[in-house]
Amino acid sequence: MPSNIHKVLILGSGALKIGEAGEFDYSGSQALKALKEEGITTVLVNPNIATIQTSESLADKVYLLPVNPEFVTGVIAKERPDAILVGFGGQTALNCAITLSDTGVLAQYGVKVLGTPIQTIKDTEDRELFVQRLGEIGVDTPRSRAVTSWDDARKVADAIGYPVMVRAAFALGGLGSGMCADEKQLEDRVKKAFAHSPQVLIEEYLNGWKEVEYEVVRDAFDNCITVCNMENVDPLGIHTGESIVVAPSQTLTNEDYHHLREVAIRTIRHLKVVGECNVQFALDPHSDQYRVIEVNARLSRSSALASKATGYPLAYVAAKLSLGYSLTELRNSVTRTTTACFEPALDYVVVKVPRWDLKKFRNVATQLGSAMKSVGEVMAIGRNFEEALQKALRMLEVGVDGLVATKSPQFDDLDDALSKPGTERVFALPQAVRAGYSIERIRSLTHIDPWFLQSIASLVGVEKRLEAYRGGHCTNDLLREAKRAGFSDAQIARILALDEITVRRIRQNAGIVPYVKQIDTLAGEYPAQTNYLYLTYDASEDDVDWGHQKNVLLLGSGAYRIGSSVEFDWCCVNASKAVRKLGYRSILINYNPETVSTDYDVCDRLYFDGLNLETVLDIYERERCMGVIVSGGGQIPNNLALQLHEAGVRVLGTSPIDIDRAEDRHKFSSLLDEIGVAQPEWQEVTSFEDAQRFCESIGYPVLIRPSYVLSGAAMGVATTWQELRVFLDRAADVSQRHPVVISKFYENTREIEVDAVGAFGNLLTMAITEHVENAGVHSGDATLVVPPQRTYLETLRRIRSITERIAKALYITGPFNIQYLSKGTDVRVIECNLRASRSFPFVSKIYKRNFIEMAVSAMLGGELESIEHHLYELDYVGVKAPQFSFTRLQGADPTVGVEMASTGEVGCVGEDFEEAFLKSLISVGFRFPIKRVLLSTGPLVDKVAFLESARLMDAMGIKFFATAGTAEFLTSYGFDVTVVYWPSEGKHPDAGELIEQKQVDLVINIPKNFQESELTNDYVIRRKAVDFGIPLLTNIQLANRLAEALSRKTPGDLQIKELQAYG
Amino acid sequence: MHPMKGIMKAELVLEDGYRCEGTAFGAPMSVAGEVVFNTGMVGYPESMTDPSYAGQILVLTYPLVGNYGIPVNGTPEEQLDLLSKHFESSRIHIRALVVSRLSPGYSHWSAIDSLSAWMQRHNVPGLHGVDTRALTKRLRSKGCMLGKLLVDDKDVAWDDPNVKNLVADVSITEPQWFPAEGEKKVVLVDLGCKDNIVRSLVRRGLNVLKVPWDYDWTGEEADGIFLSNGPGDPKKCEDTIRILRKGFDRDIPIFGICLGHQMMALAAGADTYKLKFGHRGQNQPCIEVGTKRCYITSQNHGFAVDERSLPPEWSPWFFNANDGTNEGIRHKDRSLASVQFHPEARPGPSDTDHLFDTFARSLKHAIQYS
Repeated sequence: MPSNIHKVLILGSGALKIGEAGEFDYSGSQALKALKEEGITTVLVNPNIATIQTSESLADKVYLLPVNPEFVTGVIAKERPDAILVGFGGQTALNCAITLSDTGVLAQYGVKVLGTPIQTIKDTEDRELFVQRLGEIGVDTPRSRAVTSWDDARKVADAIGYPVMVRAAFALGGLGSGMCADEKQLEDRVKKAFAHSPQVLIEEYLNGWKEVEYEVVRDAFDNCITVCNMENVDPLGIHTGESIVVAPSQTLTNEDYHHLREVAIRTIRHLKVVGECNVQFALDPHSDQYRVIEVNARLSRSSALASKATGYPLAYVAAKLSLGYSLTELRNSVTRTTTACFEPALDYVVVKVPRWDLKKFRNVATQLGSAMKSVGEVMAIGRNFEEALQKALRMLEVGVDGLVATKSPQFDDLDDALSKPGTERVFALPQAVRAGYSIERIRSLTHIDPWFLQSIASLVGVEKRLEAYRGGHCTNDLLREAKRAGFSDAQIARILALDEITVRRIRQNAGIVPYVKQIDTLAGEYPAQTNYLYLTYDASEDDVDWGHQKNVLLLGSGAYRIGSSVEFDWCCVNASKAVRKLGYRSILINYNPETVSTDYDVCDRLYFDGLNLETVLDIYERERCMGVIVSGGGQIPNNLALQLHEAGVRVLGTSPIDIDRAEDRHKFSSLLDEIGVAQPEWQEVTSFEDAQRFCESIGYPVLIRPSYVLSGAAMGVATTWQELRVFLDRAADVSQRHPVVISKFYENTREIEVDAVGAFGNLLTMAITEHVENAGVHSGDATLVVPPQRTYLETLRRIRSITERIAKALYITGPFNIQYLSKGTDVRVIECNLRASRSFPFVSKIYKRNFIEMAVSAMLGGELESIEHHLYELDYVGVKAPQFSFTRLQGADPTVGVEMASTGEVGCVGEDFEEAFLKSLISVGFRFPIKRVLLSTGPLVDKVAFLESARLMDAMGIKFFATAGTAEFLTSYGFDVTVVYWPSEGKHPDAGELIEQKQVDLVINIPKNFQESELTNDYVIRRKAVDFGIPLLTNIQLANRLAEALSRKTPGDLQIKELQAYG
Repeated sequence: MHPMKGIMKAELVLEDGYRCEGTAFGAPMSVAGEVVFNTGMVGYPESMTDPSYAGQILVLTYPLVGNYGIPVNGTPEEQLDLLSKHFESSRIHIRALVVSRLSPGYSHWSAIDSLSAWMQRHNVPGLHGVDTRALTKRLRSKGCMLGKLLVDDKDVAWDDPNVKNLVADVSITEPQWFPAEGEKKVVLVDLGCKDNIVRSLVRRGLNVLKVPWDYDWTGEEADGIFLSNGPGDPKKCEDTIRILRKGFDRDIPIFGICLGHQMMALAAGADTYKLKFGHRGQNQPCIEVGTKRCYITSQNHGFAVDERSLPPEWSPWFFNANDGTNEGIRHKDRSLASVQFHPEARPGPSDTDHLFDTFARSLKHAIQYS
């Protein structure tokens, strides 16, 4: 290890977004641990406040600042690090580092790039260089040409022949990529791609080829290993992030496997990668032809998956190698006796399935392709493919119990569902088998390898054989076979027409129980210390011993999805730490490979398995846990609380009965009435007539929540009976079985949140957070401020008092979150969750008080210290801003509403609101200075509300462009406005062109009502802003705060100051 | 075989009394041998036809086997004379195969048959539906043991392959000639040679005369001698060792692989011993002595060279990064060297394929491996 490295700067990946999610929290955290062990001072730049890596215990200094060249240059100038790590923060960190290298910043400050050199990164990112470099060593790549103009693109496509593949260079998650069948599609896609990238690649289309990935590690001494190979079940044409993936490969022969492995190693040796690298292959299913389609010379989502699939800590090892260690000097952290220079041998099968949330968006394209749209993924482990696949599908939490014997999507046009892959295609496979399709026919429609299809057919076979026993008990042999094929008790119960608990009892009596196996990296060849476990029925013996005392079971948060993301992983990791600190053993269940909680050193035992009643009970019983903590992992564990309680499990903290009193709308409402706390008027209706009657009695607008929806957003706001009618029509069913909850929607009302911890009904601590946006924007999409800036002291006092009363009434022990509406000093309670909330890491880090640790202490009877509640007295301000991923969700309307749409968040700190706010906006992609703005400010009330902001902007010399209505209004107040036409008018200049040509720096487009449904002109403008990368604001309060902030601060006023230096 | 039809129970019995029951596949017959495990995740056709497994019941730790079937055995034009294209010899050498789950179907463009049907044709039984991880852990902690695979309750006698000269069973009886493009000629001593050793030599333009294990090659016209892999206890091949010791007097390059490596050590005067459970897999890390270079190697051996017994003119060349056992030796002055692992791969990684290049070079001008 070089001795001249004392201080290292690490770049994070910023907010979670589609294509760049929690995997970089895992990789950054491991890198920080690896450096700390060497006594190196670490400096982290990452505005993602919900991550583990930004916790106080990891990096020596944490800068919650945008990962862009300007801010990072500032940090370098201030910190003067010896070296920088650029491969642990995804594409964001890589792009930033390339600029810092190109502009000479790194050379100027003498900052050494550790690990893979920048030139190697460029060789892999620039497609032409990439093809050339691989050509030098005789490695096949797809026939392709990089182009920088539309005209060249057309010529190259003609030469290669349609269909062709289009890829944007320097883009994360395949952004802007896709297949084009003809010139028209090509034009559309290429022009969009140029908006994000100066270079576009046109290449041969390898549709239907197998897609295989290798994770390769190389050290500075030219030692090379492949840690894992993975095979996509969905063949080429579907982005690997959108594919079901299996590890290790299942349909590759020794020749295939080792040929590709050799090519992968040859490639990264030639490119001189030091650290970790991902090589993606296309493999012809009918010959031994292959192509290398991509090389990622950094940690990636695939490497996080490979790490978790094999137990090999890729990010940790990559960090050590970048310091100059050789692979042979490092130990295998699982066996602790063998070397890290080896290739894991798996004796199990891993299946990854992506998780999408497309139903939350209007107008979004749902077909899968070469661009990534999924927001998270699950990873299941089994001793056979069927077991792992069914487990994985359960883990998705999309209402299915597995692949077969479950309520699942049904397809009217089966051929279409098979050949045009959507997010639910996997369920079309068993349907096709049942419909009598031959394996060959399914293969020709899907290009999925027959081996996988045969496995799926065998699941249908087991289902059929079970059906013969409907209404009774099946044989023990068949029951065992079904359990080995991954059937849950619920699936078997559904077929046999029994209930789940009965099936559980039958199988337990027959001795059919799951066994616990270790992931030990060496297939049992050496004894392993690993605590990394999974359950399987395809076994006859446990790997671990039992009988430990003081076991506390912790339920994780599952797959990242909209509404539940890295913040809950922060809660789980901290809960686990707190449990251990109090002298208990922490046993954690989670199945999300992108997390830190599933890392090898977070808990005493990790079960990489399901968070469903059956599995949790199995583990709880085997481990003889003294209790389970359900309040750290978000809604999934919270939903299990009552069932676990009824099954005799001891739920630690607030009683599940009380959790139910908060979750059940009726019970919670009467509780609020009892303690004299106001709430918005509401009613549960079961018919259109009831709905109309109730709405007329309380007055519009109203908030509607159907309990069952076929497609589209689940919640909405209606301002008239007509709108309500449209919404109810879209809800599939309004009936006794599927009631709709309607509540009064208060306009121009502020929203305030409380995050708190209780102990035996007493309030231990609380943090009050204020929303920038008025009520109507989901709390997950809102911009949050602590301490409150614009709230009356009287309101705060009332909120505190109500919080205390609720804590007492529900006898809360542990974390909780309450959402309030406030108008003037009136306060109403909207919702109360007796679990940790999304904002726990935010408030914990801003107030420098670990709310989760306190909560766990309260639950386990640790020492309690009641904290004075004057938490709004801080010398600085924290702002949390949402990150949207609309760019990746083709067609989706980029507005915010009562349904959450953001995929991540950032949290920044400043001396005042303006500073923190501007930092947070830059962190989620806003760019300054703003010189030209396109305005369309919606309804009159918002137009008026924007006047003061218009004055501020005008005074700053910002030039206005506006559509007719807004232009007329502003002109009448004396502003100079250039009128642009609506896109549909067909006249020039139109608003769309203005955006396409990047003639504006900001688009402010306020929707006219809460539920725009048609493809309006406004939609076109918003969508164009997103597609062409222009910052967009759709909320009037945000627009006004931005105008004020810009009038008071310039980018130069934003301080380069670490979190530790505040307070 | 349809999963419902013709299910036949079978059982694996170890000498310590451990039994595990599952379902039979392949040939329905009972056999006995030494039970060993291999941790490779691909390459069952290659492993099963590797003569080094003679006398052994092979347990695969990877739970899904048979997925890609059994490949076509090449058209005659593609074949080197007497060599199969996809296998390591013309027949299955393992006594029996034990897996967790036999794939009910198979899929690969090169496949013509299922694993089970192929085994049936070669009269080799299989057992599936057992917890191979539990079995592996047992073999790891207690060491490799004798075992019996009993199909349909038909018992057989225990059979310890290590007490006999297995090499004599698997070696050829008459010399075979494999012509190549080049001038140089290599005598390849067949101790149970994998076909890919022949392919690797011929591909480099070396004419190969493959000779039986006890063939006295000391008078044979040759530019170099190559000692192949093979099964069993090296000390049983006294004739091979004796001929080799005599051959050392000729100043020509000699290279050995696996059992050939152990022959080299014994002929040089060093000792060998039996490992507790051997190295069988495709992920064995071997470090070249005096460097920081580590190679991932394919291995299949139950015996090892005792490094401490090496005479002074020999030195260790490679060692296993996991357990420190010897993985190669080299002569200090002459072109004599051998490795415990398999540079010819198949199955497994080809990271040490360059050792064949070094050997070919040594035929042109003497090189020292040190």
